[in-house]
Amino acid sequence: MNDKRPLSYELTKGIIKENPVFVTLLGMCPTLAVTTLAKNGIGMGLATTFVLVCSNIVISLLKRVIPDSVRLPSFIVIIAGFVTLIEFLMKGYLPELYDSLGIFLSLITVNCIILGRAEVFASKNNVLRSALDGLGMGLGFTLALFLMGAVREIIGSGCFWGIKIGDLSAKPMLIFIMPAGGFFTLGIIIAVINKIANRKPPAEISCEGCPSAALCKKSTAEKASCNTEEAAKI
Amino acid sequence: MKEMIMILIGASIINNVVLSQFMGICAFLGTSKQLKNSVGMGLAVVFVMTFATLVTYPVYILLDKIDATYLKTVAFILVIALFVQLAEMAIKRFIPPLYKALGVYLPLITTNCAVLGAAITNVDRQYTLAKSLVNSVGTGLGFTLALVLFAGVRYRLESSDIPETFKGVPATLVAAAIVSLSFMGFAGIV
Repeated sequence: MNDKRPLSYELTKGIIKENPVFVTLLGMCPTLAVTTLAKNGIGMGLATTFVLVCSNIVISLLKRVIPDSVRLPSFIVIIAGFVTLIEFLMKGYLPELYDSLGIFLSLITVNCIILGRAEVFASKNNVLRSALDGLGMGLGFTLALFLMGAVREIIGSGCFWGIKIGDLSAKPMLIFIMPAGGFFTLGIIIAVINKIANRKPPAEISCEGCPSAALCKKSTAEKASCNTEEAAKI
Repeated sequence: MKEMIMILIGASIINNVVLSQFMGICAFLGTSKQLKNSVGMGLAVVFVMTFATLVTYPVYILLDKIDATYLKTVAFILVIALFVQLAEMAIKRFIPPLYKALGVYLPLITTNCAVLGAAITNVDRQYTLAKSLVNSVGTGLGFTLALVLFAGVRYRLESSDIPETFKGVPATLVAAAIVSLSFMGFAGIV
Protein backbone atom coordinates (compact mmCIF):
# COMPACT_ATOMS: atom_id res chain seq x y z
CA MET A 1 0.00 0.00 0.00
CA ASN A 2 1.14 3.54 -0.76
CA ASP A 3 4.56 2.36 -1.95
CA LYS A 4 4.78 5.36 -4.22
CA ARG A 5 4.99 7.83 -1.38
CA PRO A 6 8.55 8.96 -0.59
CA LEU A 7 9.93 7.55 2.68
CA SER A 8 10.49 11.05 4.04
CA TYR A 9 6.73 11.64 3.82
CA GLU A 10 6.03 8.82 6.27
CA LEU A 11 8.37 10.45 8.74
CA THR A 12 7.20 14.05 8.43
CA LYS A 13 3.43 13.60 8.07
CA GLY A 14 2.96 12.84 11.78
CA ILE A 15 4.76 15.94 12.95
CA ILE A 16 2.57 18.67 11.46
CA LYS A 17 0.11 17.51 8.80
CA GLU A 18 -1.40 14.59 10.71
CA ASN A 19 -0.30 15.58 14.21
CA PRO A 20 -1.96 12.99 16.46
CA VAL A 21 -3.05 15.45 19.15
CA PHE A 22 -3.92 18.67 17.36
CA VAL A 23 -5.26 17.27 14.10
CA THR A 24 -6.63 13.78 14.65
CA LEU A 25 -7.38 14.40 18.37
CA LEU A 26 -6.08 11.11 19.69
CA GLY A 27 -4.28 10.39 22.94
CA MET A 28 -6.01 13.16 24.85
CA CYS A 29 -5.62 11.61 28.32
CA PRO A 30 -1.80 11.87 28.66
CA THR A 31 -1.87 15.18 26.75
CA LEU A 32 -4.00 16.72 29.47
CA ALA A 33 -2.72 14.84 32.48
CA VAL A 34 1.07 14.99 32.49
CA THR A 35 1.68 18.40 30.89
CA THR A 36 1.96 20.51 34.03
CA LEU A 37 5.69 20.83 33.28
CA ALA A 38 7.44 21.00 29.91
CA LYS A 39 9.91 18.38 31.15
CA ASN A 40 7.14 15.87 31.89
CA GLY A 41 5.64 16.48 28.46
CA ILE A 42 8.96 15.65 26.75
CA GLY A 43 9.46 12.57 28.95
CA MET A 44 5.99 11.22 28.29
CA GLY A 45 6.31 12.01 24.57
CA LEU A 46 9.63 10.19 24.20
CA ALA A 47 8.41 7.18 26.20
CA THR A 48 5.39 6.93 23.90
CA THR A 49 7.64 7.36 20.83
CA PHE A 50 9.79 4.45 22.00
CA VAL A 51 6.78 2.19 22.46
CA LEU A 52 5.26 3.34 19.17
CA VAL A 53 8.40 2.65 17.09
CA CYS A 54 9.03 -0.75 18.71
CA SER A 55 5.43 -1.93 18.49
CA ASN A 56 5.11 -0.72 14.88
CA ILE A 57 8.26 -2.67 13.92
CA VAL A 58 7.17 -5.89 15.65
CA ILE A 59 3.59 -5.73 14.40
CA SER A 60 4.76 -5.03 10.87
CA LEU A 61 7.06 -8.08 11.08
CA LEU A 62 4.28 -10.29 12.42
CA LYS A 63 1.50 -9.01 10.19
CA ARG A 64 1.28 -12.26 8.22
CA VAL A 65 1.49 -14.46 11.33
CA ILE A 66 -1.25 -12.91 13.44
CA PRO A 67 -4.73 -14.22 12.52
CA ASP A 68 -7.15 -11.46 11.66
CA SER A 69 -9.75 -12.41 14.27
CA VAL A 70 -7.40 -12.02 17.26
CA ARG A 71 -5.34 -9.13 15.95
CA LEU A 72 -6.48 -6.49 18.45
CA PRO A 73 -5.66 -8.56 21.57
CA SER A 74 -2.32 -9.53 19.98
CA PHE A 75 -1.47 -5.88 19.28
CA ILE A 76 -2.39 -4.92 22.84
CA VAL A 77 -0.14 -7.62 24.31
CA ILE A 78 2.81 -6.54 22.13
CA ILE A 79 2.28 -2.91 23.14
CA ALA A 80 1.91 -3.80 26.84
CA GLY A 81 5.19 -5.71 26.66
CA PHE A 82 7.09 -2.66 25.44
CA VAL A 83 5.35 -0.48 28.01
CA THR A 84 6.63 -2.78 30.77
CA LEU A 85 10.12 -2.45 29.28
CA ILE A 86 10.05 1.35 29.29
CA GLU A 87 8.69 1.30 32.85
CA PHE A 88 11.75 -0.67 33.96
CA LEU A 89 14.16 1.57 32.05
CA MET A 90 12.64 4.75 33.41
CA LYS A 91 12.48 3.44 36.99
CA GLY A 92 16.19 2.56 36.76
CA TYR A 93 17.60 5.61 34.99
CA LEU A 94 15.10 8.45 35.54
CA PRO A 95 13.37 7.71 38.88
CA GLU A 96 12.26 11.35 39.27
CA LEU A 97 10.41 11.37 35.96
CA TYR A 98 9.02 7.91 36.74
CA ASP A 99 7.43 9.28 39.91
CA SER A 100 5.93 12.34 38.27
CA LEU A 101 4.42 10.44 35.34
CA GLY A 102 2.98 7.86 37.74
CA ILE A 103 0.12 5.75 36.50
CA PHE A 104 0.12 7.36 33.06
CA LEU A 105 3.28 5.47 32.17
CA SER A 106 1.36 2.18 32.47
CA LEU A 107 -1.55 3.72 30.63
CA ILE A 108 0.57 4.16 27.47
CA THR A 109 -0.77 0.64 26.81
CA VAL A 110 -4.24 1.97 26.08
CA ASN A 111 -3.12 5.13 24.28
CA CYS A 112 -5.25 5.10 21.14
CA ILE A 113 -2.46 6.59 19.01
CA ILE A 114 -0.39 3.41 19.35
CA LEU A 115 -3.20 0.93 18.75
CA GLY A 116 -4.49 3.18 15.97
CA ARG A 117 -1.16 3.23 14.12
CA ALA A 118 -0.83 -0.54 14.56
CA GLU A 119 -4.25 -1.12 13.06
CA VAL A 120 -4.18 1.53 10.34
CA PHE A 121 -0.54 1.51 9.31
CA ALA A 122 1.83 -1.13 10.70
CA SER A 123 -0.42 -4.08 9.92
CA LYS A 124 -0.50 -3.06 6.25
CA ASN A 125 2.98 -1.67 5.49
CA ASN A 126 6.57 -2.89 5.48
CA VAL A 127 8.98 -2.63 8.40
CA LEU A 128 10.93 0.45 7.31
CA ARG A 129 7.82 2.48 6.56
CA SER A 130 6.19 1.39 9.81
CA ALA A 131 9.23 2.38 11.84
CA LEU A 132 9.38 5.81 10.17
CA ASP A 133 5.65 6.27 10.64
CA GLY A 134 5.97 5.41 14.34
CA LEU A 135 8.90 7.78 14.76
CA GLY A 136 7.08 10.64 13.01
CA MET A 137 3.84 10.17 14.93
CA GLY A 138 5.79 9.86 18.19
CA LEU A 139 7.72 13.05 17.53
CA GLY A 140 4.48 14.85 16.62
CA PHE A 141 3.00 13.67 19.91
CA THR A 142 6.13 14.81 21.79
CA LEU A 143 5.97 18.22 20.12
CA ALA A 144 2.32 18.61 21.11
CA LEU A 145 3.01 17.59 24.70
CA PHE A 146 6.00 19.92 24.90
CA LEU A 147 3.92 22.83 23.61
CA MET A 148 1.14 22.13 26.13
CA GLY A 149 3.66 21.67 28.95
CA ALA A 150 5.56 24.84 28.09
CA VAL A 151 2.41 27.01 27.98
CA ARG A 152 1.05 25.57 31.24
CA GLU A 153 4.39 25.79 33.04
CA ILE A 154 5.13 29.36 31.95
CA ILE A 155 1.67 30.72 32.79
CA GLY A 156 0.85 28.40 35.67
CA SER A 157 4.06 28.46 37.66
CA GLY A 158 6.07 31.23 36.04
CA CYS A 159 8.96 28.94 35.22
CA PHE A 160 10.37 27.28 32.14
CA TRP A 161 12.30 24.04 32.51
CA GLY A 162 12.52 24.85 36.22
CA ILE A 163 14.06 28.31 35.68
CA LYS A 164 12.08 31.26 37.03
CA ILE A 165 11.04 33.89 34.52
CA GLY A 166 11.25 37.39 36.00
CA ASP A 167 7.98 38.87 37.17
CA LEU A 168 5.82 35.98 36.06
CA SER A 169 7.01 33.73 38.88
CA ALA A 170 5.89 36.23 41.53
CA LYS A 171 2.18 35.83 40.81
CA PRO A 172 1.61 32.79 38.57
CA MET A 173 -1.90 31.87 37.43
CA LEU A 174 -2.11 28.62 39.36
CA ILE A 175 -5.28 27.58 37.55
CA PHE A 176 -3.20 26.64 34.51
CA ILE A 177 -1.42 23.79 36.26
CA MET A 178 -4.70 22.51 37.70
CA PRO A 179 -6.95 20.10 35.79
CA ALA A 180 -9.24 22.84 34.47
CA GLY A 181 -6.23 24.62 32.94
CA GLY A 182 -5.39 21.51 30.93
CA PHE A 183 -8.72 21.49 29.12
CA PHE A 184 -8.55 25.26 28.65
CA THR A 185 -5.02 25.29 27.23
CA LEU A 186 -5.72 22.47 24.78
CA GLY A 187 -8.93 24.18 23.62
CA ILE A 188 -7.14 27.48 23.02
CA ILE A 189 -4.18 25.84 21.23
CA ILE A 190 -6.50 23.96 18.86
CA ALA A 191 -8.45 27.15 18.20
CA VAL A 192 -5.22 29.04 17.42
CA ILE A 193 -4.10 26.26 15.07
CA ASN A 194 -7.49 26.39 13.35
CA LYS A 195 -7.09 30.13 12.90
CA ILE A 196 -3.53 29.93 11.55
CA ALA A 197 -4.15 26.97 9.27
CA ASN A 198 -7.44 28.56 8.26
CA ARG A 199 -8.93 25.11 8.07
CA LYS A 200 -12.53 24.33 8.65
CA PRO A 201 -12.78 23.12 12.23
CA PRO A 202 -13.54 19.41 12.58
CA ALA A 203 -17.17 18.98 13.55
CA GLU A 204 -16.43 16.52 16.34
CA ILE A 205 -13.85 14.16 17.75
CA SER A 206 -12.88 12.11 14.74
CA CYS A 207 -12.99 8.34 14.79
CA GLU A 208 -10.28 7.97 12.18
CA GLY A 209 -7.32 5.99 13.37
CA CYS A 210 -9.20 4.79 16.44
CA PRO A 211 -9.17 0.99 16.47
CA SER A 212 -12.75 0.89 17.63
CA ALA A 213 -13.92 3.02 14.71
CA ALA A 214 -15.23 0.06 12.73
CA LEU A 215 -17.33 -1.17 15.65
CA CYS A 216 -18.41 2.35 16.42
CA LYS A 217 -19.60 3.01 12.91
CA LYS A 218 -21.39 -0.31 12.77
CA SER A 219 -23.21 0.45 15.98
CA THR A 220 -24.22 3.94 14.90
CA ALA A 221 -25.47 2.50 11.62
CA GLU A 222 -27.49 -0.05 13.59
CA LYS A 223 -28.86 2.69 15.77
CA ALA A 224 -29.80 4.75 12.75
CA SER A 225 -31.68 1.82 11.28
CA CYS A 226 -33.43 1.28 14.66
CA ASN A 227 -34.47 4.90 14.70
CA THR A 228 -35.94 4.73 11.23
CA GLU A 229 -37.84 1.58 12.19
CA GLU A 230 -39.20 3.30 15.25
CA ALA A 231 -40.10 6.31 13.17
CA ALA A 232 -41.87 4.06 10.68
CA LYS A 233 -43.92 2.54 13.51
CA ILE A 234 -45.03 5.95 14.69
CA MET B 1 -17.87 1.71 57.07
CA LYS B 2 -16.84 5.33 57.44
CA GLU B 3 -13.73 4.63 55.40
CA MET B 4 -15.77 2.98 52.64
CA ILE B 5 -18.00 6.03 52.31
CA MET B 6 -14.93 8.25 52.20
CA ILE B 7 -13.47 6.14 49.39
CA LEU B 8 -16.76 6.23 47.50
CA ILE B 9 -17.12 10.01 47.73
CA GLY B 10 -13.43 10.55 47.07
CA ALA B 11 -13.45 8.39 43.93
CA SER B 12 -16.71 9.68 42.48
CA ILE B 13 -16.66 13.40 43.24
CA ILE B 14 -13.44 14.77 44.70
CA ASN B 15 -10.95 12.96 42.49
CA ASN B 16 -13.36 12.64 39.60
CA VAL B 17 -11.84 10.27 37.10
CA VAL B 18 -12.51 12.42 34.05
CA LEU B 19 -12.40 15.97 35.31
CA SER B 20 -9.47 15.82 37.67
CA GLN B 21 -7.52 12.70 36.73
CA PHE B 22 -7.94 12.85 32.95
CA MET B 23 -8.76 9.23 32.28
CA GLY B 24 -11.26 8.21 29.65
CA ILE B 25 -11.24 11.59 27.90
CA CYS B 26 -11.92 10.06 24.47
CA ALA B 27 -15.10 8.38 25.68
CA PHE B 28 -16.03 11.50 27.63
CA LEU B 29 -15.82 13.75 24.56
CA GLY B 30 -17.09 11.14 22.13
CA THR B 31 -20.28 9.99 23.83
CA SER B 32 -21.45 13.08 25.66
CA LYS B 33 -23.29 14.50 22.67
CA GLN B 34 -26.62 13.03 23.69
CA LEU B 35 -27.96 12.43 27.17
CA LYS B 36 -29.21 8.96 26.27
CA ASN B 37 -25.82 7.78 24.99
CA SER B 38 -24.00 9.25 27.96
CA VAL B 39 -26.17 7.34 30.45
CA GLY B 40 -25.65 4.08 28.52
CA MET B 41 -21.90 4.57 28.29
CA GLY B 42 -21.65 5.52 31.96
CA LEU B 43 -23.55 2.45 33.14
CA ALA B 44 -21.50 0.19 30.87
CA VAL B 45 -18.32 1.63 32.43
CA VAL B 46 -19.64 1.03 35.98
CA PHE B 47 -20.45 -2.57 35.00
CA VAL B 48 -17.09 -3.32 33.37
CA MET B 49 -15.07 -1.53 36.04
CA THR B 50 -16.71 -3.45 38.88
CA PHE B 51 -16.26 -6.84 37.27
CA ALA B 52 -12.76 -5.98 36.01
CA THR B 53 -11.81 -5.36 39.64
CA LEU B 54 -13.26 -8.74 40.62
CA VAL B 55 -11.13 -10.50 37.99
CA THR B 56 -7.92 -8.49 38.32
CA TYR B 57 -7.77 -8.82 42.11
CA PRO B 58 -7.05 -12.60 42.13
CA VAL B 59 -4.70 -12.15 39.15
CA TYR B 60 -2.63 -9.69 41.14
CA ILE B 61 -2.47 -12.04 44.15
CA LEU B 62 -1.26 -14.77 41.80
CA LEU B 63 1.39 -12.49 40.27
CA ASP B 64 2.50 -11.46 43.76
CA LYS B 65 2.98 -15.09 44.73
CA ILE B 66 5.28 -15.85 41.82
CA ASP B 67 7.04 -12.50 42.34
CA ALA B 68 6.09 -11.10 38.96
CA THR B 69 4.05 -8.00 39.80
CA TYR B 70 5.89 -6.13 37.06
CA LEU B 71 3.72 -8.06 34.60
CA LYS B 72 0.58 -6.44 35.97
CA THR B 73 0.02 -4.11 32.99
CA VAL B 74 0.16 -6.99 30.49
CA ALA B 75 -1.88 -9.34 32.66
CA PHE B 76 -4.57 -6.78 33.54
CA ILE B 77 -5.21 -5.59 30.00
CA LEU B 78 -5.48 -9.18 28.78
CA VAL B 79 -7.87 -10.17 31.54
CA ILE B 80 -9.99 -7.06 30.99
CA ALA B 81 -10.15 -7.61 27.22
CA LEU B 82 -11.08 -11.25 27.76
CA PHE B 83 -13.74 -10.34 30.31
CA VAL B 84 -15.32 -7.70 28.07
CA GLN B 85 -15.47 -10.14 25.18
CA LEU B 86 -17.08 -12.87 27.31
CA ALA B 87 -19.46 -10.43 28.98
CA GLU B 88 -20.61 -9.19 25.60
CA MET B 89 -21.33 -12.72 24.39
CA ALA B 90 -23.07 -13.73 27.62
CA ILE B 91 -25.26 -10.65 27.76
CA LYS B 92 -26.19 -10.98 24.11
CA ARG B 93 -27.23 -14.58 24.69
CA PHE B 94 -29.01 -14.35 28.05
CA ILE B 95 -30.15 -10.77 28.68
CA PRO B 96 -31.06 -9.25 25.30
CA PRO B 97 -32.66 -6.06 26.73
CA LEU B 98 -29.45 -5.23 28.63
CA TYR B 99 -27.43 -5.93 25.47
CA LYS B 100 -29.59 -3.52 23.56
CA ALA B 101 -28.95 -0.83 26.17
CA LEU B 102 -25.23 -1.35 26.86
CA GLY B 103 -23.97 -3.71 24.15
CA VAL B 104 -22.70 -1.18 21.66
CA TYR B 105 -20.54 0.50 24.26
CA LEU B 106 -18.84 -2.63 25.57
CA PRO B 107 -16.14 -3.11 22.89
CA LEU B 108 -15.12 0.54 23.19
CA ILE B 109 -14.47 0.11 26.90
CA THR B 110 -11.56 -2.33 26.50
CA THR B 111 -9.34 0.52 25.40
CA ASN B 112 -10.81 3.02 27.86
CA CYS B 113 -7.93 3.97 30.09
CA ALA B 114 -10.22 4.62 33.06
CA VAL B 115 -10.85 0.87 33.46
CA LEU B 116 -7.17 -0.12 33.41
CA GLY B 117 -6.41 2.97 35.48
CA ALA B 118 -8.88 1.99 38.21
CA ALA B 119 -7.51 -1.57 38.33
CA ILE B 120 -3.92 -0.33 38.67
CA THR B 121 -4.88 2.33 41.24
CA ASN B 122 -6.51 -0.37 43.37
CA VAL B 123 -3.39 -2.51 43.55
CA ASP B 124 -1.05 0.48 43.89
CA ARG B 125 -2.95 1.64 46.98
CA GLN B 126 -3.04 -1.94 48.26
CA TYR B 127 -6.78 -1.89 48.82
CA THR B 128 -8.57 -4.99 50.10
CA LEU B 129 -11.11 -6.60 47.78
CA ALA B 130 -14.03 -4.76 49.41
CA LYS B 131 -12.26 -1.40 49.23
CA SER B 132 -11.24 -2.04 45.61
CA LEU B 133 -14.85 -2.74 44.70
CA VAL B 134 -16.08 0.43 46.42
CA ASN B 135 -13.35 2.44 44.70
CA SER B 136 -14.25 0.99 41.28
CA VAL B 137 -17.98 1.59 41.70
CA GLY B 138 -17.23 5.13 42.88
CA THR B 139 -14.93 5.78 39.93
CA GLY B 140 -17.56 4.45 37.52
CA LEU B 141 -20.29 6.56 39.08
CA GLY B 142 -18.03 9.61 38.91
CA PHE B 143 -17.49 8.91 35.21
CA THR B 144 -21.26 8.66 34.66
CA LEU B 145 -21.87 11.86 36.61
CA ALA B 146 -19.29 13.80 34.57
CA LEU B 147 -20.69 12.41 31.32
CA VAL B 148 -24.32 13.23 32.13
CA LEU B 149 -23.51 16.72 33.41
CA PHE B 150 -21.42 17.44 30.36
CA ALA B 151 -24.10 16.15 27.99
CA GLY B 152 -26.36 18.84 29.47
CA VAL B 153 -23.73 21.51 28.95
CA ARG B 154 -23.15 20.44 25.35
CA TYR B 155 -26.84 20.58 24.61
CA ARG B 156 -26.71 24.31 25.38
CA LEU B 157 -23.45 24.68 23.51
CA GLU B 158 -25.04 23.41 20.29
CA SER B 159 -27.47 26.30 20.11
CA SER B 160 -25.14 29.07 21.21
CA ASP B 161 -23.32 31.55 19.03
CA ILE B 162 -19.63 30.62 19.06
CA PRO B 163 -16.77 32.43 17.21
CA GLU B 164 -15.87 30.60 14.01
CA THR B 165 -12.41 29.42 15.12
CA PHE B 166 -13.76 28.00 18.38
CA LYS B 167 -16.54 25.96 16.79
CA GLY B 168 -16.47 22.24 17.47
CA VAL B 169 -13.66 20.80 19.56
CA PRO B 170 -12.12 23.99 21.03
CA ALA B 171 -15.45 25.18 22.43
CA THR B 172 -16.14 21.72 23.85
CA LEU B 173 -12.76 21.67 25.58
CA VAL B 174 -13.20 25.14 27.06
CA ALA B 175 -16.65 24.09 28.33
CA ALA B 176 -15.05 21.00 29.86
CA ALA B 177 -12.56 23.30 31.59
CA ILE B 178 -15.41 25.21 33.22
CA VAL B 179 -17.15 22.00 34.35
CA SER B 180 -13.81 20.80 35.72
CA LEU B 181 -13.44 24.11 37.55
CA SER B 182 -16.74 23.52 39.32
CA PHE B 183 -15.51 20.12 40.55
CA MET B 184 -12.48 21.82 42.08
CA GLY B 185 -14.86 23.22 44.64
CA PHE B 186 -15.06 19.77 46.23
CA ALA B 187 -11.32 19.63 46.84
CA GLY B 188 -10.33 19.10 50.45
CA ILE B 189 -13.70 17.84 51.72
CA VAL B 190 -12.36 14.46 52.79
